[in-house]
Amino acid sequence: MKLKVKSSWVVPLVAILAGFIVGAIIMLIFGYDPIQNYSSLFDGAFGGVYSIGETLRNMTPLILTALGFAVASKAGFFNIGGSGQYLMGWFGAIVVALKFSFLPGWLLIIVSILAGALFGGIWSAIAGVLRAYFGTSEVITTIMLNYISLYFVNFAVKDWLAGKGSDSSPNIAAKASLRGDFLENLTANSTLHWGFLIAIIICFIIWFYFNRMKSGFELRSVGINEDAARYAGMNVKKTIIMSMLISGLLAGLGGALDGLGNFQNISVSNALPQVGYDGMAVALLVNYNPIGVIFSSLLFSALQIGGMSISVYSDTPTEIVSIVTASIIFFVAIKYVIELLTKRRKKNPQKTAVKNEGAGE
Amino acid sequence: MNLSTTLMTILSTTLVYAAPLIFTSLGGTFSERSGIVNVGLEGMMVVGAFSSSIFTLSFANALGDAAPWVSFLVGGAFGCLFSVLHAVATVSFRADHIISGTVLNMLAPALCVFLTRIFYDGKGQTPEISQGLGTVTVPGLSKIPFIGKVFFTQTSMVAWAAIVVAIVCWYVLYRTGFGLRLRSVGENPAAADTLGINVYRYRYLGVLISGFLGGLGGAVMAQSITLSFSISTISGQGFMALAAMIFGKWNPLGAMGAAVFFGLAQSLPIIGAYIPGLSGINSVWFQVAPYLITIIVLVLFLGKSVGPAADGENYIKSK
Amino acid sequence: MTETVVEMRHITKKFGEFKANDDISLSLHQGEILALLGENGAGKSTLMGMLSGLLETTSGEILINGREVKMKNPRDAKHYGIGMVHQHFMLIPAFTVLENIILGDEPIKGGVRIDYAGAEKKIQELSDRYQLDIDVHAKVRDITVGMQQRVEIMKALYREANIFIFDEPTAALTPQEIEQLMKIFRALADEGKSIIFITHKLKEIKEAADRCVVIRSGRVIDTVQIEGVSEERLAEMMVGRKLRNTVEKKVVDQKQVVLDVQQLNVEKNSRLMVKNLSLQVHTGEIVGVAGVDGNGQSELIDAITGMQKIKSGSVEIMGKHYENKPVRSITEAGVGYIPEDRQTVGLILPLSLAENLSLKNYYQKPANKSGVLNYQYINEHGRKLIKDFDIRSQSEQISVGSLSGGNQQKVVVAREIASDPNLLIAANPTRGVDVGAIEYIHEMINQERNSGKAILLVSFELDEILKLSDRIVVMHEGEIVGEIDPKETSSQELGLMMAGKKVQTKTQEAAN
Repeated sequence: MKLKVKSSWVVPLVAILAGFIVGAIIMLIFGYDPIQNYSSLFDGAFGGVYSIGETLRNMTPLILTALGFAVASKAGFFNIGGSGQYLMGWFGAIVVALKFSFLPGWLLIIVSILAGALFGGIWSAIAGVLRAYFGTSEVITTIMLNYISLYFVNFAVKDWLAGKGSDSSPNIAAKASLRGDFLENLTANSTLHWGFLIAIIICFIIWFYFNRMKSGFELRSVGINEDAARYAGMNVKKTIIMSMLISGLLAGLGGALDGLGNFQNISVSNALPQVGYDGMAVALLVNYNPIGVIFSSLLFSALQIGGMSISVYSDTPTEIVSIVTASIIFFVAIKYVIELLTKRRKKNPQKTAVKNEGAGE
Repeated sequence: MNLSTTLMTILSTTLVYAAPLIFTSLGGTFSERSGIVNVGLEGMMVVGAFSSSIFTLSFANALGDAAPWVSFLVGGAFGCLFSVLHAVATVSFRADHIISGTVLNMLAPALCVFLTRIFYDGKGQTPEISQGLGTVTVPGLSKIPFIGKVFFTQTSMVAWAAIVVAIVCWYVLYRTGFGLRLRSVGENPAAADTLGINVYRYRYLGVLISGFLGGLGGAVMAQSITLSFSISTISGQGFMALAAMIFGKWNPLGAMGAAVFFGLAQSLPIIGAYIPGLSGINSVWFQVAPYLITIIVLVLFLGKSVGPAADGENYIKSK
Repeated sequence: MTETVVEMRHITKKFGEFKANDDISLSLHQGEILALLGENGAGKSTLMGMLSGLLETTSGEILINGREVKMKNPRDAKHYGIGMVHQHFMLIPAFTVLENIILGDEPIKGGVRIDYAGAEKKIQELSDRYQLDIDVHAKVRDITVGMQQRVEIMKALYREANIFIFDEPTAALTPQEIEQLMKIFRALADEGKSIIFITHKLKEIKEAADRCVVIRSGRVIDTVQIEGVSEERLAEMMVGRKLRNTVEKKVVDQKQVVLDVQQLNVEKNSRLMVKNLSLQVHTGEIVGVAGVDGNGQSELIDAITGMQKIKSGSVEIMGKHYENKPVRSITEAGVGYIPEDRQTVGLILPLSLAENLSLKNYYQKPANKSGVLNYQYINEHGRKLIKDFDIRSQSEQISVGSLSGGNQQKVVVAREIASDPNLLIAANPTRGVDVGAIEYIHEMINQERNSGKAILLVSFELDEILKLSDRIVVMHEGEIVGEIDPKETSSQELGLMMAGKKVQTKTQEAAN
């Protein structure tokens, strides 16, 4: 290859390519046309300002749940609770937007967003506190907290926010909404809202936090080696709680922005929001790099939005898109093989030690 | 309702909800005892639920009464096949175990619903299964006063089977050479290697057994609770099973105990209505209770549970 | 001449471009004890790895009992009667001794069930015959290092090995345990078994071995009969030059108390690990803490440095109390600490050299300005220490994990000394580093002493303690069992104290 590619890009790029090939093979096996489907997917995601607006809007919660997962992972924790934290954030933002509607618009928006982030943050910090003081596995606690949030929010929406016999809260006032005429005009009335801009800014903030800030340095150190961090005088317990708090704040923010910008209300749901889990995939694809998250969330969002057009123009089940997504992450997981294959061309192979942290330790 | 009927109802529902968790948590135990972290149990259950549903819908007539049990095993077989992905990724290709497990959880529902749509004209849900692994009343034994009523009336045979399997799993892990070797590669693969134990082979076996048991767990879910397959057939049971495994300290009997406890907790919303004094409580508390209780019990009584020493570590043999 | 049981001919082993073994040949006879001498990284363990089937040769032949064999895996080695006792024991702490011994060769009864009773009987017989004295029902995590080693020997005996390979077998043993091990060696040789043991300790070679193969940089330097060769000569062959065995101690003022520990009790996992311990370290002196691993040394240091809770007692540094204070406040009181395990405690391996060199001052100005790290300063600081302390690395940006053990340890030493501490605590500061780095680190520690710093040195290497210390205290089961002057003691006396025998010495009175 003459093309010079930055080495950290090789794995994600190869993985994406391989994932699409797997998807194409599966489509061929079942007699569908991959080229037609991929082109309708592309059209659905980028084929006009409206589609682009939808794709960018859909990126917003993905970015934030991905960043949330990335922060916890960098600190050495497997925060599988993004869904619950997102849901709490959504709920918190809508509750404040509805109950404090007497506030002026700008203040109402800020307070609602902060309330949502805080709901998510506190929800996640519970797991952090239990981990720091009792050593309780965050894998279990975040799973349990997911379900608690699901049933709690359903109960609160049905018995408190919604009117009798309804499963949804009323819509928030227009002044509390993150949608704006400018963005709607720009994107042919798509649901793109200002939350998108906030999410992009947060990516850069988190990058700066990881790489330039004292607290981010401590978080990474604790994530790599708790004993060494303690030896260096870092407050490990504080860092653990802090990392889980930030992680949840981000996922909660994702829920808040989605609630205020996209949904405008909150409804009873049967299952936990999928976006919490999708965020994990987004973060994994770029190895928790906050700037990379922008690109990978664009890809996943495009797959989701574009995927909806697949079944419009053919009878291919839309789940093919999720198969492609899962395959991409599978190839990221076996990056050792990708590195082996791409390095074979170079002269000196580097030895890499691989050690993973177990769940439930 | 008298005492024996109340107890019978509690035990029966508990067992029905516990059975999928018992099988799956036992699966997790095998995988993690061999050193491979398995957060992909959920995905394995999805595949088990899907394949057994499809099988029983296709062959129920041909197989007659045996159909539910055969399709139960078919679920295990496909779960096992699916787990090959996790084994190859983690054991041979040095993947991060958690990432690989997450892939299983993403891939399984996508693939299974995709196939369901292909098999059933674009519908994301299979038709209802006519013969499932329901509850049975054991002839003879159910006539024993009190005990017969509580334990052998309208009871879940598959749950009792799960308990027997748990005991067998314990025996295999703690009394046989195979079990000793499997546990050794999860504790210190380098040491096992020096004794000529093929670390990779035992880790593959650990994951494949886990896939089989996880598949059984999913099959039970579809055959005795949801009675069809759709995206919501498996909604978090795999994660509950993972929790049961950790709760049970990676021991088959412990995992079974935890699974039965979760089963009891999950059946609370259903049986709450039958228990005097509990019927007035808002159902949200019963829904939240299993998860809340799990957290409280973990914090108060277990704290940091310690798994196999080399769980999650890839073993790279130097040549 | 007795029969030749092992012959290795022209063995070469490459890892990538690096030749770990280069055309090595050796032979071992029946009933012989052969020493394999060389410093860390000379290629001894690689060579034995090939003989035990863990590694494959790049070229060369291995003959067992005169027949050429191919060792593909440890099963093959076992088949040819070879048993290996690794330096880092290959045991499973969570398993019982019995399970560890039979693992991989379990006797089976009734098709599937392990015949534990039968195995136990066989092991008991072997244990009596070779006087190994092991408790088969104990969990390995609960038994002493000495017994762990005997379990390793039993593993080989259980598999009916005739050829025993020992990798650094005495590294963690007391002098008395070493003596016991040498007896076991003799007993094995008398039964017609053959032994190869890897070591860099000359005394043991003189004591136990019949012949010695000296290896340096992957090549055989010489093979000698032990009778008639001096320790000095062996040492020279091993390192290729003469070693300095002393450090230059200046006369410095030793009046001021820097560290004052009184009546200290420390508990770990509800076991009392440090009992009523009192200890003082003054300016300009090195106090050596001798003792066998696991006698409370780690807990003592952890308690002083704040890594572990104190149950009762007092710790004063420069006249101020520091019991159960956060690690950082103790660091700021002027305590530098070179921990025993650089890889899991002293360094954060994936982080850069510069970041690791700033691990103790990253949060202070000028490295930290209101929460934002000043990487320009951190990198500059890194480059300076790399130069000052002769750390071999092209850049301060590469991860510390990619350095050699010796250079990694230099990073820790550089950071701790550069912080200009009042008290420097060093725990096994030269474990697993090459001879060159050992000399350098000893020099650095002694220089600190000469400049008037107080130094607390904990080491399992008696030679290190004897070479550096001004005073030696011996710890046994959490207590100080005696205090001695290094100039007036022998390793024999030290050994007795390390085994728990209380010795009243003249220096102890003089010190009071």
